[in-house]
Amino acid sequence: MNIMIMQCAVVFCFLALGEFLVWLTGIKLPSSIVGLLLLTAALKMKLVKLRHVDLVSNFLLKNMGFFFVPPGVALMLYFDIIQAQLVPIVIASVLSTVLVIIVTGWVHQLMRRHHNHQSQK
Amino acid sequence: MEFISNQYFLVAATFAFYIGFQWLQGRTRISLLNPILLTILAVIALLSMGNIEYDTYHHAGEIIEFWLKPAVVALGVPLYKQLNTIKSQLLPVLCSQLAGCVVGILSVVVIADLLGATPEVVNSLAAKSVTTPIAMEVTKALGGIPSLTSAVVICVGIFGGMAGFRVMKLGHIGSPIAQGLSMGTAAHAVGTSRAMTISDRYGAFSGVALTINGILTALLTPTILHLCGYL
Repeated sequence: MNIMIMQCAVVFCFLALGEFLVWLTGIKLPSSIVGLLLLTAALKMKLVKLRHVDLVSNFLLKNMGFFFVPPGVALMLYFDIIQAQLVPIVIASVLSTVLVIIVTGWVHQLMRRHHNHQSQK
Repeated sequence: MEFISNQYFLVAATFAFYIGFQWLQGRTRISLLNPILLTILAVIALLSMGNIEYDTYHHAGEIIEFWLKPAVVALGVPLYKQLNTIKSQLLPVLCSQLAGCVVGILSVVVIADLLGATPEVVNSLAAKSVTTPIAMEVTKALGGIPSLTSAVVICVGIFGGMAGFRVMKLGHIGSPIAQGLSMGTAAHAVGTSRAMTISDRYGAFSGVALTINGILTALLTPTILHLCGYL
Protein backbone atom coordinates (compact mmCIF):
# COMPACT_ATOMS: atom_id res chain seq x y z
CA MET A 1 0.00 0.00 0.00
CA ASN A 2 2.65 2.49 1.05
CA ILE A 3 4.77 1.36 -1.88
CA MET A 4 2.00 2.21 -4.37
CA ILE A 5 1.53 5.66 -2.85
CA MET A 6 5.25 6.31 -2.98
CA GLN A 7 5.52 5.11 -6.57
CA CYS A 8 2.54 7.24 -7.59
CA ALA A 9 4.28 10.19 -5.96
CA VAL A 10 7.42 9.58 -8.04
CA VAL A 11 5.48 9.38 -11.33
CA PHE A 12 3.45 12.50 -10.53
CA CYS A 13 6.59 14.38 -9.45
CA PHE A 14 8.08 13.77 -12.90
CA LEU A 15 4.81 14.74 -14.58
CA ALA A 16 4.70 17.94 -12.53
CA LEU A 17 8.33 18.61 -13.38
CA GLY A 18 7.42 18.20 -17.05
CA GLU A 19 4.49 20.60 -16.67
CA PHE A 20 6.79 23.08 -14.95
CA LEU A 21 9.45 22.94 -17.69
CA VAL A 22 6.83 23.34 -20.43
CA TRP A 23 5.34 26.31 -18.55
CA LEU A 24 8.79 27.80 -17.96
CA THR A 25 10.18 27.43 -21.49
CA GLY A 26 6.99 27.49 -23.55
CA ILE A 27 8.21 24.56 -25.69
CA LYS A 28 5.59 22.97 -27.92
CA LEU A 29 5.94 19.53 -26.37
CA PRO A 30 3.52 17.51 -24.22
CA SER A 31 4.46 17.76 -20.53
CA SER A 32 4.07 14.00 -20.30
CA ILE A 33 6.83 13.45 -22.89
CA VAL A 34 9.13 15.80 -20.98
CA GLY A 35 8.31 13.83 -17.82
CA LEU A 36 9.06 10.56 -19.66
CA LEU A 37 12.50 11.78 -20.73
CA LEU A 38 13.25 13.14 -17.24
CA LEU A 39 12.23 9.83 -15.64
CA THR A 40 14.46 7.87 -18.05
CA ALA A 41 17.38 10.21 -17.32
CA ALA A 42 16.81 9.96 -13.56
CA LEU A 43 16.74 6.14 -13.76
CA LYS A 44 19.92 6.16 -15.82
CA MET A 45 21.67 8.48 -13.35
CA LYS A 46 20.42 6.29 -10.47
CA LEU A 47 18.60 9.23 -8.89
CA VAL A 48 15.52 6.98 -9.04
CA LYS A 49 15.71 3.21 -8.77
CA LEU A 50 13.47 0.77 -10.64
CA ARG A 51 11.90 -0.35 -7.34
CA HIS A 52 10.67 3.22 -6.87
CA VAL A 53 8.49 3.11 -10.00
CA ASP A 54 8.16 -0.46 -11.31
CA LEU A 55 4.75 -1.41 -9.86
CA VAL A 56 2.90 1.78 -10.78
CA SER A 57 4.46 2.02 -14.23
CA ASN A 58 3.59 -1.60 -14.89
CA PHE A 59 -0.02 -0.93 -13.88
CA LEU A 60 -0.25 2.22 -15.98
CA LEU A 61 1.31 0.67 -19.11
CA LYS A 62 -0.67 -2.56 -18.91
CA ASN A 63 -3.93 -0.61 -18.79
CA MET A 64 -3.02 2.28 -21.06
CA GLY A 65 -5.72 1.25 -23.52
CA PHE A 66 -8.47 1.74 -20.98
CA PHE A 67 -7.47 5.33 -20.27
CA PHE A 68 -8.20 6.38 -23.81
CA VAL A 69 -11.78 5.16 -23.87
CA PRO A 70 -13.27 8.51 -22.65
CA PRO A 71 -11.44 10.67 -25.22
CA GLY A 72 -12.55 8.15 -27.82
CA VAL A 73 -16.18 8.54 -26.74
CA ALA A 74 -15.92 12.23 -27.65
CA LEU A 75 -15.95 10.85 -31.18
CA MET A 76 -19.76 11.02 -31.02
CA LEU A 77 -19.45 14.80 -31.24
CA TYR A 78 -17.65 14.51 -34.58
CA PHE A 79 -19.69 11.89 -36.43
CA ASP A 80 -20.64 14.49 -39.04
CA ILE A 81 -17.03 15.50 -39.78
CA ILE A 82 -15.95 11.87 -40.07
CA GLN A 83 -18.89 11.02 -42.30
CA ALA A 84 -18.17 14.00 -44.55
CA GLN A 85 -14.45 13.21 -44.86
CA LEU A 86 -14.46 9.45 -44.50
CA VAL A 87 -12.60 8.80 -47.78
CA PRO A 88 -9.56 11.08 -47.15
CA ILE A 89 -9.31 9.91 -43.53
CA VAL A 90 -9.37 6.19 -44.35
CA ILE A 91 -7.24 6.24 -47.51
CA ALA A 92 -4.59 8.57 -46.04
CA SER A 93 -4.33 6.50 -42.84
CA VAL A 94 -4.11 3.13 -44.58
CA LEU A 95 -1.58 4.19 -47.27
CA SER A 96 0.53 6.07 -44.75
CA THR A 97 0.60 3.09 -42.36
CA VAL A 98 1.76 0.75 -45.14
CA LEU A 99 4.47 3.27 -46.11
CA VAL A 100 5.68 3.59 -42.51
CA ILE A 101 5.98 -0.19 -42.14
CA ILE A 102 7.93 -0.56 -45.40
CA VAL A 103 10.21 2.47 -44.94
CA THR A 104 11.09 1.73 -41.30
CA GLY A 105 11.93 -1.90 -42.07
CA TRP A 106 13.92 -1.12 -45.22
CA VAL A 107 15.99 1.62 -43.61
CA HIS A 108 16.83 -0.62 -40.67
CA GLN A 109 17.80 -3.56 -42.88
CA LEU A 110 19.97 -1.38 -45.13
CA MET A 111 21.72 0.22 -42.17
CA ARG A 112 22.30 -3.17 -40.57
CA ARG A 113 23.94 -4.49 -43.71
CA HIS A 114 26.45 -1.66 -43.41
CA HIS A 115 27.01 -2.40 -39.73
CA ASN A 116 27.17 -6.16 -40.19
CA HIS A 117 29.95 -6.79 -37.71
CA GLN A 118 27.92 -5.77 -34.65
CA SER A 119 24.74 -7.47 -35.83
CA GLN A 120 24.39 -10.13 -33.15
CA LYS A 121 23.06 -8.71 -29.93
CA MET B 1 -33.66 6.09 -16.54
CA GLU B 2 -32.27 9.29 -14.99
CA PHE B 3 -29.88 7.23 -12.91
CA ILE B 4 -27.85 6.41 -16.04
CA SER B 5 -26.36 9.90 -15.94
CA ASN B 6 -24.89 9.28 -12.48
CA GLN B 7 -21.16 9.72 -13.01
CA TYR B 8 -20.06 6.78 -10.88
CA PHE B 9 -22.49 4.54 -12.72
CA LEU B 10 -20.95 5.72 -16.01
CA VAL B 11 -17.43 5.04 -14.76
CA ALA B 12 -18.44 1.59 -13.54
CA ALA B 13 -20.15 0.87 -16.87
CA THR B 14 -16.98 1.87 -18.75
CA PHE B 15 -14.93 -0.53 -16.60
CA ALA B 16 -17.46 -3.30 -17.08
CA PHE B 17 -17.59 -2.92 -20.88
CA TYR B 18 -13.81 -2.90 -21.12
CA ILE B 19 -13.36 -5.99 -18.95
CA GLY B 20 -16.09 -7.80 -20.87
CA PHE B 21 -14.61 -7.00 -24.28
CA GLN B 22 -11.11 -7.88 -23.08
CA TRP B 23 -12.46 -11.26 -22.07
CA LEU B 24 -14.21 -11.59 -25.43
CA GLN B 25 -11.01 -10.87 -27.36
CA GLY B 26 -9.04 -13.23 -25.15
CA ARG B 27 -11.53 -15.99 -25.95
CA THR B 28 -11.94 -15.36 -29.68
CA ARG B 29 -8.46 -13.94 -30.53
CA ILE B 30 -10.05 -11.87 -33.33
CA SER B 31 -8.02 -8.66 -33.65
CA LEU B 32 -11.00 -6.75 -35.06
CA LEU B 33 -12.73 -7.20 -31.69
CA ASN B 34 -10.44 -4.58 -30.16
CA PRO B 35 -11.60 -3.94 -26.57
CA ILE B 36 -10.80 -0.22 -26.73
CA LEU B 37 -12.79 0.28 -29.92
CA LEU B 38 -15.71 -1.85 -28.75
CA THR B 39 -15.85 -0.11 -25.34
CA ILE B 40 -15.96 3.29 -27.06
CA LEU B 41 -18.80 2.11 -29.29
CA ALA B 42 -20.66 0.52 -26.37
CA VAL B 43 -20.43 3.69 -24.26
CA ILE B 44 -21.63 5.78 -27.22
CA ALA B 45 -24.55 3.38 -27.66
CA LEU B 46 -25.37 3.57 -23.94
CA LEU B 47 -25.32 7.37 -23.99
CA SER B 48 -27.50 7.56 -27.09
CA MET B 49 -30.03 5.12 -25.67
CA GLY B 50 -30.23 7.08 -22.41
CA ASN B 51 -30.32 10.40 -24.27
CA ILE B 52 -27.31 11.57 -22.29
CA GLU B 53 -25.25 14.50 -23.54
CA TYR B 54 -21.55 13.93 -24.13
CA ASP B 55 -20.77 16.65 -21.55
CA THR B 56 -22.35 14.54 -18.81
CA TYR B 57 -20.13 11.60 -19.71
CA HIS B 58 -17.13 13.90 -20.00
CA HIS B 59 -17.24 14.63 -16.26
CA ALA B 60 -17.20 10.92 -15.49
CA GLY B 61 -14.65 10.16 -18.20
CA GLU B 62 -12.16 12.69 -16.90
CA ILE B 63 -11.56 10.44 -13.89
CA ILE B 64 -10.29 7.77 -16.30
CA GLU B 65 -8.66 10.04 -18.89
CA PHE B 66 -6.69 11.72 -16.12
CA TRP B 67 -4.35 8.69 -16.01
CA LEU B 68 -3.18 9.09 -19.62
CA LYS B 69 -0.44 11.57 -18.80
CA PRO B 70 1.09 9.57 -15.94
CA ALA B 71 0.95 6.51 -18.23
CA VAL B 72 3.09 8.31 -20.81
CA VAL B 73 5.57 9.27 -18.08
CA ALA B 74 5.66 5.58 -17.09
CA LEU B 75 6.94 4.71 -20.60
CA GLY B 76 10.25 6.00 -19.25
CA VAL B 77 10.68 2.67 -17.43
CA PRO B 78 10.71 0.36 -20.51
CA LEU B 79 12.79 2.95 -22.34
CA TYR B 80 15.35 2.84 -19.52
CA LYS B 81 15.32 -0.99 -19.54
CA GLN B 82 16.05 -1.06 -23.29
CA LEU B 83 18.75 1.65 -23.23
CA ASN B 84 21.61 -0.85 -23.61
CA THR B 85 19.98 -2.67 -26.54
CA ILE B 86 19.24 0.63 -28.22
CA LYS B 87 22.79 1.83 -27.64
CA SER B 88 24.28 -1.32 -29.22
CA GLN B 89 22.62 -0.43 -32.51
CA LEU B 90 21.87 3.18 -32.06
CA LEU B 91 22.41 4.30 -35.64
CA PRO B 92 20.21 1.73 -37.45
CA VAL B 93 17.45 2.15 -34.85
CA LEU B 94 17.52 5.94 -34.86
CA CYS B 95 17.71 6.24 -38.67
CA SER B 96 14.84 3.82 -39.24
CA GLN B 97 12.78 5.62 -36.58
CA LEU B 98 13.50 9.01 -38.08
CA ALA B 99 12.61 7.78 -41.57
CA GLY B 100 9.43 6.09 -40.36
CA CYS B 101 8.41 9.13 -38.35
CA VAL B 102 8.90 11.65 -41.16
CA VAL B 103 7.27 9.40 -43.78
CA GLY B 104 4.36 8.73 -41.43
CA ILE B 105 3.64 12.39 -40.78
CA LEU B 106 4.26 13.67 -44.30
CA SER B 107 2.42 10.94 -46.21
CA VAL B 108 -0.77 11.09 -44.16
CA VAL B 109 -0.86 14.88 -44.24
CA VAL B 110 -0.17 15.16 -47.97
CA ILE B 111 -2.58 12.38 -48.99
CA ALA B 112 -5.40 13.67 -46.77
CA ASP B 113 -4.85 17.19 -48.04
CA LEU B 114 -4.87 16.06 -51.68
CA LEU B 115 -8.09 14.13 -51.11
CA GLY B 116 -9.74 17.26 -49.80
CA ALA B 117 -9.67 16.93 -46.01
CA THR B 118 -10.08 20.19 -44.09
CA PRO B 119 -7.02 21.64 -42.27
CA GLU B 120 -8.55 20.73 -38.91
CA VAL B 121 -8.82 17.08 -39.97
CA VAL B 122 -5.36 17.09 -41.61
CA ASN B 123 -3.85 18.31 -38.31
CA SER B 124 -5.74 15.63 -36.44
CA LEU B 125 -4.23 12.90 -38.66
CA ALA B 126 -0.58 14.02 -38.51
CA ALA B 127 0.31 11.98 -35.41
CA LYS B 128 -1.80 8.92 -36.30
CA SER B 129 1.08 6.41 -36.01
CA VAL B 130 1.96 6.96 -32.35
CA THR B 131 0.36 5.88 -29.12
CA THR B 132 -2.86 7.72 -28.32
CA PRO B 133 -1.82 9.89 -25.34
CA ILE B 134 1.12 11.28 -27.32
CA ALA B 135 -0.89 11.61 -30.52
CA MET B 136 -3.66 13.50 -28.70
CA GLU B 137 -1.16 15.86 -27.10
CA VAL B 138 0.38 16.54 -30.50
CA THR B 139 -3.05 17.16 -32.00
CA LYS B 140 -3.90 19.57 -29.16
CA ALA B 141 -0.69 21.49 -29.86
CA LEU B 142 -1.53 21.60 -33.59
CA GLY B 143 -5.11 22.73 -33.06
CA GLY B 144 -6.74 19.57 -34.40
CA ILE B 145 -9.50 17.45 -32.86
CA PRO B 146 -7.92 15.18 -30.20
CA SER B 147 -10.80 12.71 -30.04
CA LEU B 148 -10.79 12.30 -33.81
CA THR B 149 -7.08 11.55 -33.47
CA SER B 150 -7.67 8.94 -30.79
CA ALA B 151 -10.23 7.15 -32.93
CA VAL B 152 -7.95 7.20 -35.99
CA VAL B 153 -4.95 6.06 -33.92
CA ILE B 154 -6.87 3.08 -32.59
CA CYS B 155 -8.06 2.13 -36.08
CA VAL B 156 -4.52 2.54 -37.48
CA GLY B 157 -3.21 0.29 -34.71
CA ILE B 158 -5.79 -2.39 -35.44
CA PHE B 159 -5.07 -2.20 -39.19
CA GLY B 160 -1.29 -2.31 -38.60
CA GLY B 161 -1.64 -5.27 -36.26
CA MET B 162 -3.76 -7.20 -38.76
CA ALA B 163 -1.97 -6.33 -42.00
CA GLY B 164 1.57 -5.56 -40.75
CA PHE B 165 3.19 -8.95 -41.21
CA ARG B 166 1.57 -9.45 -44.61
CA VAL B 167 2.86 -6.03 -45.75
CA MET B 168 6.36 -6.87 -44.48
CA LYS B 169 6.34 -10.19 -46.33
CA LEU B 170 5.45 -8.37 -49.56
CA GLY B 171 8.11 -5.75 -48.84
CA HIS B 172 10.83 -8.36 -48.10
CA ILE B 173 11.34 -7.19 -44.54
CA GLY B 174 12.61 -10.37 -42.89
CA SER B 175 14.92 -9.43 -40.04
CA PRO B 176 13.20 -9.87 -36.67
CA ILE B 177 14.49 -6.55 -35.34
CA ALA B 178 13.35 -4.65 -38.44
CA GLN B 179 9.93 -6.32 -38.22
CA GLY B 180 9.58 -5.43 -34.54
CA LEU B 181 10.62 -1.84 -35.19
CA SER B 182 8.20 -1.51 -38.11
CA MET B 183 5.27 -2.74 -36.04
CA GLY B 184 5.97 -0.35 -33.19
CA THR B 185 6.61 2.62 -35.46
CA ALA B 186 3.47 2.20 -37.56
CA ALA B 187 1.02 0.65 -35.12
CA HIS B 188 2.15 1.68 -31.59
CA ALA B 189 0.83 -0.39 -28.68
CA VAL B 190 -1.60 -2.45 -30.75
CA GLY B 191 1.20 -3.41 -33.14
CA THR B 192 3.44 -4.13 -30.16
CA SER B 193 0.93 -6.52 -28.64
CA ARG B 194 0.73 -8.30 -32.01
CA ALA B 195 4.55 -8.47 -32.20
CA MET B 196 4.58 -9.81 -28.65
CA THR B 197 2.57 -12.84 -29.81
CA ILE B 198 5.46 -13.83 -32.13
CA SER B 199 8.23 -13.50 -29.55
CA ASP B 200 9.40 -11.32 -26.67
CA ARG B 201 12.29 -10.00 -28.76
CA TYR B 202 9.90 -8.76 -31.47
CA GLY B 203 7.82 -7.19 -28.73
CA ALA B 204 10.81 -5.51 -27.08
CA PHE B 205 11.90 -3.81 -30.29
CA SER B 206 8.34 -2.90 -31.12
CA GLY B 207 8.16 -1.26 -27.68
CA VAL B 208 11.38 0.62 -28.34
CA ALA B 209 9.99 1.83 -31.65
CA LEU B 210 6.68 2.99 -30.21
CA THR B 211 8.55 4.99 -27.57
CA ILE B 212 11.14 6.54 -29.91
CA ASN B 213 8.63 7.28 -32.66
CA GLY B 214 6.30 8.78 -30.03
CA ILE B 215 9.03 11.11 -28.84
CA LEU B 216 10.21 11.96 -32.37
CA THR B 217 6.64 12.62 -33.50
CA ALA B 218 5.98 14.85 -30.49
CA LEU B 219 9.22 16.73 -31.15
CA LEU B 220 9.08 16.96 -34.94
CA THR B 221 5.44 17.19 -36.02
CA PRO B 222 4.98 20.95 -35.48
CA THR B 223 8.28 21.67 -37.26
CA ILE B 224 7.56 19.36 -40.20
CA LEU B 225 4.08 20.83 -40.70
CA HIS B 226 5.55 24.33 -40.46
CA LEU B 227 8.20 23.56 -43.10
CA CYS B 228 5.56 22.14 -45.43
CA GLY B 229 3.28 25.11 -44.93
CA TYR B 230 0.43 23.26 -43.21
CA LEU B 231 0.63 25.26 -40.00
